[in-house]
Amino acid sequence: MSASAVHSLWTTAATAAEPISKINAPKIEYGQLSPTLIVIGAAVIGVLVEAFVPRKSRYYAQVFVAVVALAAAFAAVVALAAGGYGTTKAHIAAMGAIAVDGPSLFLQGTILLAGILGVFTFAERRLDPEAHGNRVDSFAAQAASVPGSDSEKAAVKAGFTTTEVFPLLLFAISGMLVFPSANDLLTLFIALEVFSLPLYLLCAVARRKRLMSQEAAVKYFLLGAFASAFTLFGIALLYGYAGSVSYATIAHVVDGTVTNVDPALAGTMGNDVLLLIGMALIVMGLLFKVGAVPFHMWTPDVYQGAPTPVTGFMAAATKVAAFGALLRLLYVVLPGLRWDWRPVMWAVAIVTMLGGAIVAITQTDIKRLLAYSSIAHAGFILAGVIATSPDGVSSVLFYLAAYSFVTIGAFAVVTLVRDAGGEATHLSKWAGLGRRSPLVAAVFAVFLLSFAGIPLTSGFAGKFAVFKAAAEGGAGVLVVVGVLSSAIAAFFYIRVIVLMFFSEPKPEGPTVAVPSPLTTTAIAVGVAVTLVLGVAPQYFLNLASQAGVFVR
Amino acid sequence: MSFPLLTATAALPALGAIATAAVPAAQRVAAKWLALLVSLGTLVLAAVTLVRFDPGGDRYQLTESHAWIPDFGVSYQLGVDGIGVALVALTALLMPFVILAGWHDADPHETGSRRWRPTQGFFALILAVEAMVIISFEATDVFLFYIFFEAMLIPMYFLIGGFGDRAHEHGDAVAATQRSYAAVKFLLYNLVGGLIMLAAVIGLYVVAGSFSLQEIVQARANGSLHMATSTERWLFLGFFFAFAVKAPLWPLHTWLPNAMGEATAPVAVLITAVVDKVGTFAMLRFCLQLFPEASKWATPVILVLALISIIYGALLAVGQRDIKRLVAYASISHFGFIILGIFAMTSQGQSGATLYMVNHGISTAALMLVAGFLISRRGSRLIADYGGVQKVAPVLAGTFLIGGLATLSLPGLAPFVSEFLVLVGAFERYPAVGVVATFGIVLAALYTLVLYQRTMTGPVKAEVAEMPDLRVRELLVVAPLIALLIFLGVYPKPVTDIVNPAVKQTMSDVHKTDPQPAVEAAK
Repeated sequence: MSASAVHSLWTTAATAAEPISKINAPKIEYGQLSPTLIVIGAAVIGVLVEAFVPRKSRYYAQVFVAVVALAAAFAAVVALAAGGYGTTKAHIAAMGAIAVDGPSLFLQGTILLAGILGVFTFAERRLDPEAHGNRVDSFAAQAASVPGSDSEKAAVKAGFTTTEVFPLLLFAISGMLVFPSANDLLTLFIALEVFSLPLYLLCAVARRKRLMSQEAAVKYFLLGAFASAFTLFGIALLYGYAGSVSYATIAHVVDGTVTNVDPALAGTMGNDVLLLIGMALIVMGLLFKVGAVPFHMWTPDVYQGAPTPVTGFMAAATKVAAFGALLRLLYVVLPGLRWDWRPVMWAVAIVTMLGGAIVAITQTDIKRLLAYSSIAHAGFILAGVIATSPDGVSSVLFYLAAYSFVTIGAFAVVTLVRDAGGEATHLSKWAGLGRRSPLVAAVFAVFLLSFAGIPLTSGFAGKFAVFKAAAEGGAGVLVVVGVLSSAIAAFFYIRVIVLMFFSEPKPEGPTVAVPSPLTTTAIAVGVAVTLVLGVAPQYFLNLASQAGVFVR
Repeated sequence: MSFPLLTATAALPALGAIATAAVPAAQRVAAKWLALLVSLGTLVLAAVTLVRFDPGGDRYQLTESHAWIPDFGVSYQLGVDGIGVALVALTALLMPFVILAGWHDADPHETGSRRWRPTQGFFALILAVEAMVIISFEATDVFLFYIFFEAMLIPMYFLIGGFGDRAHEHGDAVAATQRSYAAVKFLLYNLVGGLIMLAAVIGLYVVAGSFSLQEIVQARANGSLHMATSTERWLFLGFFFAFAVKAPLWPLHTWLPNAMGEATAPVAVLITAVVDKVGTFAMLRFCLQLFPEASKWATPVILVLALISIIYGALLAVGQRDIKRLVAYASISHFGFIILGIFAMTSQGQSGATLYMVNHGISTAALMLVAGFLISRRGSRLIADYGGVQKVAPVLAGTFLIGGLATLSLPGLAPFVSEFLVLVGAFERYPAVGVVATFGIVLAALYTLVLYQRTMTGPVKAEVAEMPDLRVRELLVVAPLIALLIFLGVYPKPVTDIVNPAVKQTMSDVHKTDPQPAVEAAK
């Protein structure tokens, strides 16, 4: 850069500075943001509880705060939706940072319900045998102590529990609530970090198999940090392209209908190279969170290593939040560019569906199996995203709601099947489970059949919705690939059912722990939602299609 | 609003299934009686349906229609035509016999968990299959049909995999492995077929914007719905593939011998006499009505495949060492005849095919259930393990013979009428096809009589010397079936009267008229 340019920059700055007459106070619609604010507030209270409440009563205080906050936030979402904020009164709140509209409210509701069930599975303390007379949950006694060290033993003996998981969970949920409703790229990025960091931590604090858990957390953190960096880089490039991080402005620039051009950015504004690279980088970051091939590498390791309640919550809620953000980005910011992103997303959807389904066949660990199955499901959902129609949005919303309850329920069942080393996740240990505990095996079979998309389960209704939207959107090939990979996927779901019901039980096989009402509730809600959405999905489809319009 | 008879016919066994499953573990016998009573109640409802059905009336009768998932364009629409009502009656008729024949098949032979209730499960699953089969015969909404067409795989799968035959030459462990192999093969074949159909179902919705069979057929007839030739063909193939797996048609048939071989005899009857009929029924109802032009386009290939099924199935039946697999291959041959009758596109052919579905259900049930009684006595499925049974257990041998003779379509027994009609129908339009198909009958005589000769005649083998004859329960199963075979063989009019108007309708849907008889054409 030449000296004169620097000089001119200075002078521009000097002339641009105007006397400040008054500062416009930002207008914040507290009522409309209340779901997020309640959860953040509760998370802060949770931190205070950690600091001030005696150790003995912390667990109860934390569970109470978390459940009440999530329920209150859900009530707020319902109130907003009933007040028409999902449809007629949908608008942009918080000075353009947050969109309060149908998809936001629908996804926030889904995340909050998943969060409540998540708290229930987090709070389960009856599965592990008591250690030194204290009931223990799935989390390490003291996360900071080295696995197997004296300090860990001391912590276990003293009856420490990591009750910090509850505020962490609430922070993660608050990020997830903002993520699909973020209406500018910076809010998007901050929400991404706010929900990712607690999740990295939660992955690391398993009570059993702590090394694996820590390894999973490090992998997730490193890869997640890369993905975040990509996203941030993409945001910078898009800012260079559009001169703004606001979704609406970027969309205007993409459409060529921008009104006032910032002179400082006139040189780069409208440069398609910046747009394409920036878009690719941001979408890459979101596809990472979704777990789409080829950004899926972290999924099996993290799902396997993380404490199972965390896996279940993460598998459900992260997917909901990330698909929500992806939908908004593609439908609100980049609809003018769909001829560019659709072919790419086609390819991603195809390899994700096939890749997830094929690799899952060879898995021998139930958690890894479910991880690959979640990859395949990400592919199915992408097929709905590609439809670029209102039906596409509502089908994705419905699928996400259906999928998250099945997922939480399935992982909750995984926590019940245990042997001396904790959860018995190796598939061979599940042999003959149907003989020993017909009820648990039958419930798990319902979840597997729903994953496989068998009619009369929510999985079928969801799959039908996204495939129908994709076919109407002209993506018939995707439907055929989706159907084929469903067939492949059915094979490994069925294999687990075969194992549970038709194999002879092993003499030293695992036992099924009797859970407290907390996990029972989570599983029962999962089964109920799976069957209701399978048999009578109309009400929820209506809800999803009413919610299927983005505000811009 | 009138009483929803069709819903009740399907709902009774569905509720019965739930009730049976809920019977406490200790009350096994109560569960059996409950299941039997429910199946008899369903039979009564099906009989009422049959009586209320007016063969000369509207095409679809006793219709019910309710909104279900408007977002998907799906409604809960039921209605039966002559073909549907005949098959509902067949299903309801066979079920009590299946339950009675399987009375002891699911008695627990080991002490499992306190909550392990195999007996309750077995009978609940049978009733669940009955409910789903009946509703698929009644559905006039493509989506509704599809849901139950697919969902019935799950209870079937557990019936095959969970309650296999205990008679196995290599012991229990091998039996368990082969059983779960058979169950998985059954499920995967049918699931792949069903998923491919799902793509076609979605495609149909995109093209037609509705799932209602009558609406689509009407729209196509009055020209308001145009389907491009290639679209119609693709959709037809998607539907036909699923039905051909289910039916099963060569070369998609290989799951059937495994499934029927490993399942208990009553479950094998359930597969071949009831569940597979949904496949052939759906060809008539959905393939021909929704895609008439594509059906005509595909006819030559389908006829060839049906011929291969007839001959190949019969040849393999001749070569079997295992009684149940022999019946399975014989069934493949018979399904070839049914499909031949459907796609011959003559009214005799299609009437014959429908009649064949009913008769094949009854005759296979008779043969297979007696074979099951035989196998349970000796503990072996191998033909070579038997000999001279007719001297030890004459009633068993006699009923086995009648079942066998029905299978080879002896005149005077019910299957003869239908096989004759199918062959006449085929001759009328495709003489060469008729000639080849006739060889199937010759081979049928071969495999049936050889089976009888090897197992029942000759010197009495030491292992069968003590074999008891049929018990009262078993006679109760066999005697009515044989009586029906003879009755419908002599006087098939009640069934043909019901079926014929529906067949005429289907023929007019595909714009086909019967070819002129040669003599009249020459005038």
